[in-house]
This record gives sequence, C-alpha cells and structure tokens, in this order.
Amino acid sequence: MANTRPLALRGLTTGFLAIWLIAALFPFAWTVWGSFKVEADFFSRESWWFAIEGTRTQAQTGGSFTLAGYEGAWIKNEFWKPVINTLIVTICVTCISLFVGTLGGYALARSGQRYAFWILIAALVFRAMPHITLVSGYLLPFFQLNIWGVLPTTIVVLVAINQPFTLWMLHSFFLSIPKDLDESALVDGCTRFQAFRMVIMPVMWPGVVTTGLFSFLLAYNDFAVTSMLLSQDNQTMIPKIASFLGSIQNEGNVMYAVAAVVSATVPLFVLVLFFQRQIVSGLTAGAVKG
Amino acid sequence: MPHRAFFAFIFPSLLAMVLFITLPIFSVLVQSFYVEHDAILTTVESCGPFGCDSETKVDTEAMAKLRADAPLGKFAGFSNYLNRNHLAVAEVGAIFSDNNGIGDIGARLMNLPFYRALAFTLAYCFFVTPLAMALGFAVALAVNTIPKLLRGPTIFVSLLPMIITPLVGSLILSWMFNPAGILGAGLQHLTGDPTLSLRASPALTWAVLLLYGVWTNGPFSFVVFYAGLQSVPQDTLESAKMDGATRWQSVRFVIIPHLMPLATFVALVQLMDNFRVFEPIVGFSAEANATSLSWLVYNDLVSQDSAQFGSAGATSVITIIGVLILLAPVLLRTWRDFNRKVV
Repeated sequence: MANTRPLALRGLTTGFLAIWLIAALFPFAWTVWGSFKVEADFFSRESWWFAIEGTRTQAQTGGSFTLAGYEGAWIKNEFWKPVINTLIVTICVTCISLFVGTLGGYALARSGQRYAFWILIAALVFRAMPHITLVSGYLLPFFQLNIWGVLPTTIVVLVAINQPFTLWMLHSFFLSIPKDLDESALVDGCTRFQAFRMVIMPVMWPGVVTTGLFSFLLAYNDFAVTSMLLSQDNQTMIPKIASFLGSIQNEGNVMYAVAAVVSATVPLFVLVLFFQRQIVSGLTAGAVKG
Repeated sequence: MPHRAFFAFIFPSLLAMVLFITLPIFSVLVQSFYVEHDAILTTVESCGPFGCDSETKVDTEAMAKLRADAPLGKFAGFSNYLNRNHLAVAEVGAIFSDNNGIGDIGARLMNLPFYRALAFTLAYCFFVTPLAMALGFAVALAVNTIPKLLRGPTIFVSLLPMIITPLVGSLILSWMFNPAGILGAGLQHLTGDPTLSLRASPALTWAVLLLYGVWTNGPFSFVVFYAGLQSVPQDTLESAKMDGATRWQSVRFVIIPHLMPLATFVALVQLMDNFRVFEPIVGFSAEANATSLSWLVYNDLVSQDSAQFGSAGATSVITIIGVLILLAPVLLRTWRDFNRKVV
C-alpha cells in the first residue's frame, strides 16, 4: 500500500512522524547529554551551543565531559541508599502483587456469579481513586499504630493500591485461557488449587510477565504514596529526587538532581528495550477486553 | 466455580483492597468533619529584675495531652467543606450577588484555592484527553505506513514519554523550559520578550503543563490504536477503495468506526488518570499559577506547621465525588449491559 501513496502524502506522514519522534526522544537525549556538563553549560543563558560543545565544562574541569553531577548525587548525597530502597520496594511489590493478583484474577475469570462482576466494577472505581486522597486517609491511622515511615507499610499499601489494576489485567489474561483446561484437570482428580497451580499457571506465564512489568512500573513511578509514607531515611528514588531539588537548588548544585534524574531514567529505558513487546501487549490486552 | 473456592482464591486480594482502599475512604470521610484543636493558652507570669511581665503562651503540655486523647481534633461538622479553602460558600455567594459581569466572576472565583484547582484539573482532563488521543491516532496511522523494519524502533521511542516516571518526565521538561534552558531561552528569543518565563506567566504555565500532558498521554492512545489498526478488515478497505472512496473517506468511514470501541476505552482510562494530575505540578513547581485537586490534598498534608488532616479530608472527599461523577456514565452503561446479559 505504501508505494501507491501520492508523494505529498508520504512526505507529510514522514515529516509528522519525524517531528513526533524528535519530540519523544529529544528531551531525554538532551538531559542525558547535559548531565555530563557543568551547570553553566546545561543552563546556559547565552547560547544553547554551550551545552553541546561544553565550553564552560572545558574551562572549569579541563574536559568536555564531567562526572561531577553523578559524583555529587551518588557519593556526596548518597543516592545509592534510595536506589537500594527502590529495589526492595519494587521487587516486593511486584512479587506480592502477582501472587495475590493471580489468585484473585483466576477466581474472577472463572466465576460467572453476579458478585464477581460487582467486585470487578468496584475495582474499576478504586482504580480511578486519586492515590493522594487515599494517602490522606492512611496518615492518621498509621501514626496511631506507629507503622508510619517504614518500607513494609509502603510495600503493602502499594500492593493494595495496584490490586485493582492487577486484577483487571490478569482477569483478562485468564479469560483467554480455555475453561476446558481446568475442567479436565478437575475431572482427573485435581483440587481447584492444584488445577490452578499445575495446569493453568504454566500456560499463564506471558500474562504474568506482562502484568508484573506494569506492577513494577506502578511501584517504580509512584510519588504520592512513597513521598508521604516514608521517613527521610527510608525514602525511595522518586521522593528523594523531589526533596533533593528543594535542598540543592539553593546551593547551586542543580546538576546533582539532573544526574539523579538520568540515573532513575536508565532502568526504564532498559525495561522498554527488553520488554517492548510485553508492554504493548499489556496495554492492548485491557483495551481489547474492555 | 463454587462460592467457597471463589472466596478462598480472592480473599487476600479482597482483604488488601478493603483494608487499604475502602477503609481509608471512610477514614478520610471522618477526618473531613474535624479540625485541628484550638490552641490552649496559658498566662505565665515571669518576674525579672525590672518587674513582672505576664505573657500568654501556648500550653504545649496540655496540647500534647489533648492531641493524644483526641487525635482527630475537634468536631466541626461541615465547616471544612464550606470554608474559604474549599467550597467557599459565603465568598461565592458574595461574588454572585455583587459583580461586574462574567469576566469579573471568573477572575474572582480563580482567587479561591478550590475553584482554581478545580478549573485546572478539569481543563487538564478535557484538553489533554482528546488532544492526546488525536496525537496517538495520527502517530498510529503514520507508523502503519512505514516499512516493517522501522516500526520496532519507532514504537520504542514512542513509548518513552509514557513509561517515564511522571515526576521525572516533568522535571526534564521543566529544565528545558527554564529561562536558561534550551526551550525557555528559545521561546524568549522567538517572542522577543526577555522576561517570559513559567514563573511569570500563568498562561505559559498552563500551556506547558497541557503540552506535557499530551506528550506523556499520547503514546498510550498510539499503542492501543496501532494494535486496533492491525485488525481493520482489509476487504472492507479494498471495497471502499473500489467504490471510489478517497483516503480520507476510508479513514473516516472504515477505520474510525472500527476503532470506536477502543477509543471509548482509551478515553475512560485517560480521563481517570488525568483527573488525578499531580506530579507535573510538583515537577514544574507550577503551584503559583496552576494547582490541581490532588495537589491541594498534598499541600495540606505537607504544610509547614502541622498536617491539616481535616482540610485534606474535605478536599479528598470532594475529589472522590468528582471521580464518581466522571465514572457515572460508564458505571450506568456497564450495569445496563450486565442486566441485559443476565436476562
């Protein structure tokens, strides 16, 4: 079909696509490049050409590239601590979400009852709740129970907040597995749980991986919950970057924040690079079923 | 599936949702009816070499005890909802009874924190959602025409604005729009106004925030529509062409109707997500010119002296009601469909 298009139309689509790709990629490329420069280059009042050539960076450090921003973020401001916290939180949230979610999603997909439908609808409403409104409900009880500020609380809260989404997604993946499969397992003498674990789960892996990716992203990208529920010492990356910003801007070390932001972006790039197909299929799975 | 097995399977998930989603909603509702305790004042007489002074101070000890006894604060009924920081009933009444035309009403409403936040939240919802969908649709159509080999990398790049952490994405753009950043400086150069900046211009702040929204929401529509395009019936397209349909007509009368169910889904998801817009306001430090409902709650919770749970609760409850209103058409439709299915 492509070669039957008139030249003007082809030019138009190519041009449009090129503009979109630049808009999508350029901010990242620019920030990554700039993170290796000094502030006077990245935020150059005179000319953006400074940021490309690194004029001031050369004058201040002797080379066109500098690791000063990364050094400041990772060593001086101990950015590795929040990185470890993020690692713990995201891994735990992903695993627990999947464990709890596969059980629930399976039940919802296999029950034709009215209440199963209502649970799905309730989950849809819960998914729409702004997270910060829920957070304002957590704080007082958590203070009273003295469980505020620690990682386990945050992990459990993130699992619960992600549950509606996880349920919907896994439910639609389970629906795509034929019912005969578990019914024949039941006939062969399996219990429900055995059928679930030994017959259904082995063919569910693609769905589990995809849902796991999204659970990971939700936990990784969260700011509302982690910024309010974690104490200063237990902060994860994203709230750390936010609190960084306030304290650093005064000291003229914006480049630390830039370096931290780039560091937080890298895992996401790698994730898209390796799991592009799963992400696309996950986004469309919900759509096709919805 | 038997009832018992069903509940055994769903129990952990249900428990998590009841404990951490349903209960907090009630907790928020209860909080919203309370305000911070009044300060307990004591008069302390301190005598020095130059005579005695009596000084009024906050009695911290008594306050601590009171807070421990009644952590929620003082019952206040609906006053949290009606005061100036929320629905501002008295102020709105005054504005409507005495004003100089529509423009004046709008300007004065925009001075009330709640209405300011509501205005931006709704504007964000209803500008960003359709624009992002249009962008996504256009990109999907364009990607569908390029050679297969190039599609993978194109999709990779297109996914980035969506997958990025909202706070990080908005920080990246806000640095570029900084007066000393590449786009900010470029804008100053283009308009010839050397004082133009996000901080100084509310209009620019809104525009940049909406731009950010379209940038970060577009890819989702793109992916869904692109997947939908793969299943457009080719023979319908062929026959439309034979009947003399132009390209535009086959897009309008074949492709768009085919994608309509997907579009409803995308619109629903994006409306829900955009209604809770929050991180961009923190990332762009836009609070002077644009705030959102979620940001109001956040601001109450992190306020300097002590968290204002009552005020945060009231805003939260109003926000939740907003979500329900937004979802009402969908819920009604699903309910009707479901009943039809059962009958």
